[in-house]
Amino acid sequence: MSTEIGSQALGGPTGEPVVSVRGLQMTYGPRDVLTGVDFDVHAGEVVCLLGPNGAGKTTTIEILEGFRLRSGGEVRVLGEDPAQAGDAWRARVGVVLQSWRDHARWTPRRLLEQLGGYFVAYSTPERTRPYEVDWLLDTVGLVEHADRKIGQLSGGQRRRLDVAVGIIGRPELLFLDEPTAGFDPQARRDFHDLVHRLSDLEGTSILLTTHDLAEAERLADRMLILADGHIVANGSAEALTRQVAGNAEVRWTRKGERFVHATEDATPFVRRLFEQHGEEIEDLEVRRASLEDTYIAMVATFESGARRTPTLAEVSR
Amino acid sequence: MNPTRHAIGLGLRRGWTEFVLSLRSPQDQGFYMFMGVATLAYLWFNRDSEVEGTDLLLPSFALPSILGALLAFGVVIGPAYSLAMEREDGTLLRHKALPHGMQGYVTGQVVYHSLSLFPLLLVILVPSFLLFDDVMSNGLAGWATVVWVCVLGLLATLPLGMIIGSVVPSVQKVGTWGMLPVIVLTSISGIFFPIQAMWGWVQVVAQVFPTYWIGLGMRSAFLPDAAAALEVGDSWRSSLTVLVLGAWAVFGLLVTPRVLRRMARRTSGSQVQEAKEAALQWVK
Repeated sequence: MSTEIGSQALGGPTGEPVVSVRGLQMTYGPRDVLTGVDFDVHAGEVVCLLGPNGAGKTTTIEILEGFRLRSGGEVRVLGEDPAQAGDAWRARVGVVLQSWRDHARWTPRRLLEQLGGYFVAYSTPERTRPYEVDWLLDTVGLVEHADRKIGQLSGGQRRRLDVAVGIIGRPELLFLDEPTAGFDPQARRDFHDLVHRLSDLEGTSILLTTHDLAEAERLADRMLILADGHIVANGSAEALTRQVAGNAEVRWTRKGERFVHATEDATPFVRRLFEQHGEEIEDLEVRRASLEDTYIAMVATFESGARRTPTLAEVSR
Repeated sequence: MNPTRHAIGLGLRRGWTEFVLSLRSPQDQGFYMFMGVATLAYLWFNRDSEVEGTDLLLPSFALPSILGALLAFGVVIGPAYSLAMEREDGTLLRHKALPHGMQGYVTGQVVYHSLSLFPLLLVILVPSFLLFDDVMSNGLAGWATVVWVCVLGLLATLPLGMIIGSVVPSVQKVGTWGMLPVIVLTSISGIFFPIQAMWGWVQVVAQVFPTYWIGLGMRSAFLPDAAAALEVGDSWRSSLTVLVLGAWAVFGLLVTPRVLRRMARRTSGSQVQEAKEAALQWVK
């Protein structure tokens, strides 16, 4: 595939973000799911939206996809309001859907040829659409199953087909809602490679949700944590970890008793520890906070309604 | 390239593919076989009974009526089920995510369900000609009538199926909101016995809906002119048939796009997810 399309070119000449969300609100009856979500996704970025079940991740993505009408706030996706955007906008956006039994009698090849056809009208010399079906089948690892009935594919193969359908129009922006749910480790690894390839070679901007924090850490340039109806954290995995007070955990045993202490600066703490107790200290362990610790600390703090700096100590036991 | 026209072309191809895949599927072959065998068995066991007050044999009278009823029934229930199903299984959502995808999808549905009529009519018509005498009394003119009744009947009933499929809350509800009324309507539409055998108000209800008129049109195509004496007003009432079916077709053309658009707007991934979870519960 051509690689001359740099990630800079896609955001428009002004460098405007591909996704821009300001004060997004969503209310279902009496329940406020989103109370004021703000974030941007820039051209070529891979951004991961994290959050507990029911936090509104799917709702947010569906609003950005133009599949759901918001209750309030400003949303721009590729320069347009998804609630009013037309078919030309639709051709530039890719959506990976979770299917389960559709097109059971079709084969992957036939389905990709049929669905890819809709993008032909939107092909430009700079960005030819759709992808060639054989290339796509190869890319998602479905070559051997290309002519089998879709109804006979395994869950993982079906998800790969979903991904292929989602990207067939060679989107500038791709939405993935829990793309690897139900994948085995190999399929997950392959999928991660595919995301890297799309992002690096094609300059595709990607917004995905996941529950798998290791996956988020591997894929995303930036993470957003959605809790309590708004974005409570925004940054790289490292930056997020730094935001949590006490980002390292020190464990030791003294006189047969276990101790755990969360601290921001482990080295001076351990030095003091030895100065105080010397040889009594055994089984010393220093562990930096993982993204998972950080995530759980942040979500726990914000869900309990408190608005203070999350601390590791609260979750270390 | 005009994207709308292009999408409609893709829809035509989609409908044709669906039709070919359906013909190859053992499940659908079984359905056609069952319909054929059931209808022919009914006609065969009644092959010697005469229609009261005439010298017409029952198969001659009942065959065109049954063809008409199957047309109306199949073309309402078929799209109703597939729309309700494809809303839940994500087919519709996939098309919603494509530029001009809904136009292609709806075109595909119309083509597929129209084509599906052929095997259904053929499995009944072909053996009937071999088994019974005097099936077609009017020669070429009769066949021409069959064609226009089928086309007009399709236009009148197919949109109704799409409307039902768009408004029912779930696939399980197609039985209640689609199947049941259509069965009731079919049974009062003069398929198995002349409509005059029923109470007056039932006759009026039957004559409001397209099923009766499709059956009447079919009878006018197959039966000799003398048989018109069995009908309301001793006539085939062909112009009224065109008028009533035409009115339903116009109704469908005006209402269906709106209903489909509303349905498409409400379709989302979470809806598909909910349906999946509900279906899994169903299996347990």
